[in-house]
Amino acid sequence: MSAILPLRLSGAEARRRGKRLVGPVDLTLNSPGATVVIGPNGAGKTTLLRLMHGTERLAGGEISWARPLAEVRHEIAFVFQTPVVLRRSVLDNIAYPLRLRGQSRKNARAEALDWAGRVGLGGMPDRQATVLSGGERQKLALARALITRPEVLFLDEPTAALDGRSTREIETILTEASIAGTRLILSTHDMGQARRLATEVVFLLHGRVHETAAALAFFDAPGTPEAAAFLRGDIIE
Amino acid sequence: MLLITLDGDLLEIALRSLRVTLTALVIAGLIALPLAALLAVRRFRWRRAVIAILNAMMSLPPVVVGLVVYVILSRSGPLGALGLLFTPGAMIIAQVIIIVPLIASIAHQSLRDLWSEYHDLLISMNVTQTQKMATLLWDARRALLTAMLAGFGRAIGEVGAIMIVGGNIEHATRVLTTAIALETGKGDFALALALGFVLIALAVTINFAIHALTRTEREARW
Ligand SMILES: Nc1ncnc2c1ncn2[C@@H]1O[C@H](COP(=O)(O)OP(=O)(O)OP(=O)(O)O)[C@@H](O)[C@H]1O
Ligand SMILES: [Mg+2]
Repeated sequence: MSAILPLRLSGAEARRRGKRLVGPVDLTLNSPGATVVIGPNGAGKTTLLRLMHGTERLAGGEISWARPLAEVRHEIAFVFQTPVVLRRSVLDNIAYPLRLRGQSRKNARAEALDWAGRVGLGGMPDRQATVLSGGERQKLALARALITRPEVLFLDEPTAALDGRSTREIETILTEASIAGTRLILSTHDMGQARRLATEVVFLLHGRVHETAAALAFFDAPGTPEAAAFLRGDIIE
Repeated sequence: MLLITLDGDLLEIALRSLRVTLTALVIAGLIALPLAALLAVRRFRWRRAVIAILNAMMSLPPVVVGLVVYVILSRSGPLGALGLLFTPGAMIIAQVIIIVPLIASIAHQSLRDLWSEYHDLLISMNVTQTQKMATLLWDARRALLTAMLAGFGRAIGEVGAIMIVGGNIEHATRVLTTAIALETGKGDFALALALGFVLIALAVTINFAIHALTRTEREARW
């Protein structure tokens, strides 16, 4: 099976009621690595991720993958800023994508149990997912996204609701997934996390890509005064 | 005393009530639940109209339903050749028409709420229309059970429509409600009341049984 990357955006735009939320964005994402999208609140990080994933309608420009979209859809996954859990047990939540792909209940649940363990939910496989805490929901969403071994995984602030320890656990899982070949594209407000995970940084401002650079170079010496101010924690207008 | 002497006939009538209603309930569920799920997940052109019609049909007087079914099934009617009039089959048809809108409306409400919760996730997972509906129906099953119970209650207590299309024929189409109506008309209140108690007992038993079932399931999961 050939790779779905690179993902190319040219002049891509997202609009709501005639107002442009994001774009025009020109961006190319190659394998391998982790792209971290950063920027102030409302800059358009969520919208950009959804646009690339295909859940936000493309209002202008083009987005293309190396393979047809119908095939790509089965190779990508998305973890939302606020995770959605199904009204089922933890195990059945994690097993759900495999069930959709036609796997038997027994096999799907066996694999789900393995993944529950990896994200630290191994002790509560039969608990109703709706009673989980925010952090546990986030871990569940991650396991549910990774169980299909997607080629590309989008994560919108995957650790926003988590304490330091859970954050590190999730980052370890993400690093492992990355090593195993999953391309990560995530947004975050945690600059420590951005430094730990990123191989490439996209700095968004007012819906546009203000700067994009290799991670080391970016954190060492950002190319624009706005990015420098953002990294210092200053308020940028 | 009364109940014991009438045992044979009473049992026959009660069982017929149950058989007719449960059959109607199963058929109505098979129509109403997928319909409700479809209305929840799909934005097709006639969606609003279908919902409006369902809601209007909920307040349809059963006697009118009975009348319409009667006309359709009567010898000169479009489906007269089936010979269904004055059989349990005709009663089942009338009950199905009466409870489908009720079950579909109640089910649609809970499925719609669940869909707004699940929407982003299921879209992102690229699920097919059928998978969407199946997921919603499964995860909302407890609420759907309530919808089905409402349908059961409505159907087992129905008298107007099934009196017209069934004809309340002894050993053929007489059920608890039509028997009660008959005995009351004849002035045999004691018998009518006894039948009434049986009817209530039946409805309550079914309700309790189903609630007990769901409770054990819930406890097993939590
Ligand atoms: N459905 C919508 N209708 C109108 N405006 C919207 C809609 N969705 C998002 N926006 C606007 O688009 C802009 C970008 O939103 P987005 O959620 O992408 O920002 P973000 O960078 O993810 O912010 P945060 O860091 O707070 O998560 C915001 O100004 C937001 O108000
Ligand atoms: Mg966001």
